[in-house]
Amino acid sequence: MATMRDIKRRKESISSTGQITRAMKLVATVKLQKAKNRAENSKPYFDQMYKTVSSILSKSGDIDHPYMTGNASKKKAVIVITSNRGLAGGYNSNVIKLLTKDERFGAENTVIYAVGKKGAAIFNRLGYEIKNDYSEAVNAPLFADAAEIGRDILSGYENGEFGEIYLAYTIFKNTVTHIPDLIRLLPMAKGEDTESGSLDESDTDRLTLMNYEPEAEETLAMIVPKYINSLIFGALVESVASENGARMQAMDSATNNADDMIADLTLKYNRARQSAITQELTEIIAGSAAVE
Amino acid sequence: MADNKTFRLQVIAPERIFYEDDVDMVELNTTEGEIGVLPEHIPLTTIVAPGVLKITKGEEIKEAALHEGFMEVQKTFVTILAESCEWPEEIDIKRANEAKTRAERRIKSGDAEINMTRAEAALKRSLTRLSLAEKYR
Repeated sequence: MATMRDIKRRKESISSTGQITRAMKLVATVKLQKAKNRAENSKPYFDQMYKTVSSILSKSGDIDHPYMTGNASKKKAVIVITSNRGLAGGYNSNVIKLLTKDERFGAENTVIYAVGKKGAAIFNRLGYEIKNDYSEAVNAPLFADAAEIGRDILSGYENGEFGEIYLAYTIFKNTVTHIPDLIRLLPMAKGEDTESGSLDESDTDRLTLMNYEPEAEETLAMIVPKYINSLIFGALVESVASENGARMQAMDSATNNADDMIADLTLKYNRARQSAITQELTEIIAGSAAVE
Repeated sequence: MADNKTFRLQVIAPERIFYEDDVDMVELNTTEGEIGVLPEHIPLTTIVAPGVLKITKGEEIKEAALHEGFMEVQKTFVTILAESCEWPEEIDIKRANEAKTRAERRIKSGDAEINMTRAEAALKRSLTRLSLAEKYR
């Protein structure tokens, strides 16, 4: 049985760890609030963007544009959004698993555009090519960051470096539910996009009358990069919110575990103290009995 | 407006809803030229070019610097998706001036390395900002 001193030392170390996790939880909660607001504020922009793009797509016939048809390259590019710091529960590994569990994304035919140091480090170790690292953007995502990533990845696409672009990020559903998700940005599949955008009768009526200036194809070619940027931006803010949500949960359970362990150790400590006292008493009594 | 018709204008930026109200008229620059939209305009989707966004609501006229984005016009509402949009009082004159000098230098240097269209767009943005900020100072 552990001695009283051992138990006491262990209790102290756990309680100081508990203090740290408690503080980290508070920090994550505050950051979560901010990130959540940002995610909510960026929603209307994204929704409207999605509506417009899918309405153009559903209306215009077969557009012969690389954004729609893809190019010859077999390589895939993936933007992976993870965190810069650990201690966020399964947040990072869930995103990374999306790629590593999917045999379409082997190290030899996939290039990574990393956002977040954790993801960059892991894919580097697994032998993937890290094309670029935008880890600074995770701290406070700006639209300019998303535009920069979008510009880089689109120029790679246009130069034929890769034929498909994917985005791996975490959807922020609410404070406790975060869903890792992998979506394809380019080439855009017409069917998929238009079917999911549920257009009711009046919408379709209006669409037939829609005029484009310049022509629909040209408009689409100009809107698509903006659409990609807005998707990346939306993914960034949602991921940051999810990261802080995940960290808050992880730290909350760590704090609870620390409290449980302290309660358990306190019990053990008291028991050890009691048995020490009892033993001492027994010895004294036995000693005095022997003298008599 | 004699017949008192208005339409719903929404200006949405990535970080916030920039403006939302019933207005009489909106004027802005598009890639095809300047355009003014009144209520019951035919449906139109067009690309926004950097310039001043002018919103007329009754007697009140509001102006803002609008850069890049696109506009969707419907009979009863207009939605402008702007990558960046700001009121005159939000413009940082010093920063805009610096951006202007930087863009001018880049264009003058004529270096093949730099992206000319980007530099020109940056110059246009800073000029829009500066002229609007000057006007409201």
